[in-house]
Amino acid sequence: MAWYSKAITEKKQQIKSLWVRCKKCQSHIWQEEWHNNLNVCPHCNYHGSITAYERINLIFDEGTFNELFASISPVDSLGFNDLKGSYKDKIEANKKKSGISEAVITGEGKINGIRAVAAVMDFRFLGGSLGSGTGEKILQAANFAFEQEIPYIVFSASGGARMQEGVLSLMQMAKTCAGVARLNKKDIPFISVLTNPTTGGVTASYAMMGDLNISEPGAVIGFAGRRVIEQTIGEKLPDDFQTAEYLLEHGFIDSIVTRKDMKKYLSQVLSYYNR
Amino acid sequence: MAVASSLKVLTSDKSKHKLNGSTKGKQLSAWEIVKISRHPQRPVFQDYLHSVFTDFVELHGDRYYGDDKAIVGGFATIGGIKVMIIGHNKGKNTEQHVERNFGMAKPEGYRKALRLMKLAQRFNLPVVTIIDTPGAFPGLEAEERGQAESIAKNITEMAALEVPVISLVIGEGGSGGALGIGVGDKIIMLSNAIYSVISPEGCASILWRDAKFAPDAAQALNLTAERLLHHEVIDEIIKEPGEGAHTDYEKIADAVKKSLVKNLKTLSAIPVDILLDKRFQKYSAMGKFAGF
Ligand SMILES: [Zn+2]
Repeated sequence: MAWYSKAITEKKQQIKSLWVRCKKCQSHIWQEEWHNNLNVCPHCNYHGSITAYERINLIFDEGTFNELFASISPVDSLGFNDLKGSYKDKIEANKKKSGISEAVITGEGKINGIRAVAAVMDFRFLGGSLGSGTGEKILQAANFAFEQEIPYIVFSASGGARMQEGVLSLMQMAKTCAGVARLNKKDIPFISVLTNPTTGGVTASYAMMGDLNISEPGAVIGFAGRRVIEQTIGEKLPDDFQTAEYLLEHGFIDSIVTRKDMKKYLSQVLSYYNR
Repeated sequence: MAVASSLKVLTSDKSKHKLNGSTKGKQLSAWEIVKISRHPQRPVFQDYLHSVFTDFVELHGDRYYGDDKAIVGGFATIGGIKVMIIGHNKGKNTEQHVERNFGMAKPEGYRKALRLMKLAQRFNLPVVTIIDTPGAFPGLEAEERGQAESIAKNITEMAALEVPVISLVIGEGGSGGALGIGVGDKIIMLSNAIYSVISPEGCASILWRDAKFAPDAAQALNLTAERLLHHEVIDEIIKEPGEGAHTDYEKIADAVKKSLVKNLKTLSAIPVDILLDKRFQKYSAMGKFAGF
């Protein structure tokens, strides 16, 4: 590559890094403005992804969040290798890239003064996929809520099962739901917040089992992939298919809440827990 | 993690596995087992229903929407023991495959299954589920009516169902569609059945960028009964006769009956609170991870 085209590329990258392009309306937004607006597009209300810690800061009262089960991380128990290499290497690369060691952060804290346990998924780590470590943290947090008798909130952001862990990943659906079943038995509230995207095995387990199912505007929520369904039925699907709005219309979620209102909404509904 | 010592392996003689003569004496590859699990002559749910169970009383409908023929269920008797049986039914020929949607259930199928499980609890009957599905139906109406919710609900409710539950995988254990009737106290697989988080073809087209790498994906996914027993996902393997269950319907029926009766007797002797605690511990221990 000639020096000038390299310089131009570098210049372009510098400029690009100052701007965020909205995935929905394609507008360019100053990075600072984007962050100040909680990664939500000021033009079209598109809710971009945020990290687990960013979400924790938005929801929990300052200084109240106490992280739990942080040491849990994935292992390559099947010795899984595909075209692009080993799962083992992928785990290390994802740890390095994201600075976290699993696709979910768990802990307890206060939301406008109300104690709650939370599991917050992070899409940056292997697409938020449900591995054994992910399932373990979600179950441990449910068990903590069960023992402490305080509400449990899970924020999902996941492409579904983690293929590199085979059926061990599938079994995390049963493992996490076993935790939810115990909360149900003890009448401890479980709130599921389905953020963009929540699909596959995560939707078909704990994410759909909330006493309240909440979502953010425009979030994609579904079981089977859009392309798979289009191939099955041989026709194009409607644009709003598998969106939070579509699920609200079909009766599967209680409410669509914007990111800036989420904390207030959660503390409001939790204030009705009268036990 | 629990040790595998308490698990009983009914299969040991790998040298006897054969497939159409071509693989005589060799251990079958994961892909060869996938092909046997989908063999067109392989016995399906309705075969076992007739050869293993008696006095079947079919119960229809989910009470909300319809009656999904991909899942069949009702009262039945096995070796003198009364049970609730629920299973995916693929059907035996093209006409039946279409009628039963190749065993790919929709939300109304999973909701019918749950209704029958709750009924079993009311009648104090153990539940036997028979798994044989490529997966839950990936269609527009299935999503519209809550495919994810119906599977999630079943998985959650089965974890707390107050009667013994045995799940037997006879052919394909296709992901969430299988697990939707597959949470139980004992998980049993036929030796050439498979259980997978995704089809080998689907996995290959994502991770290998081409479905033709399905044999590699099948190997990597650890989807055979033998591998799953090793990973402590299942509890028992029923050895198939000859070159597979399709070669001897009578023998496989006998083996299935023997295993189910034995497990039903064992589980029925356990008080329900201990049973539920053990079931919770069983699923709590699923999977391997580091750092706790
Ligand atoms: Zn926008």
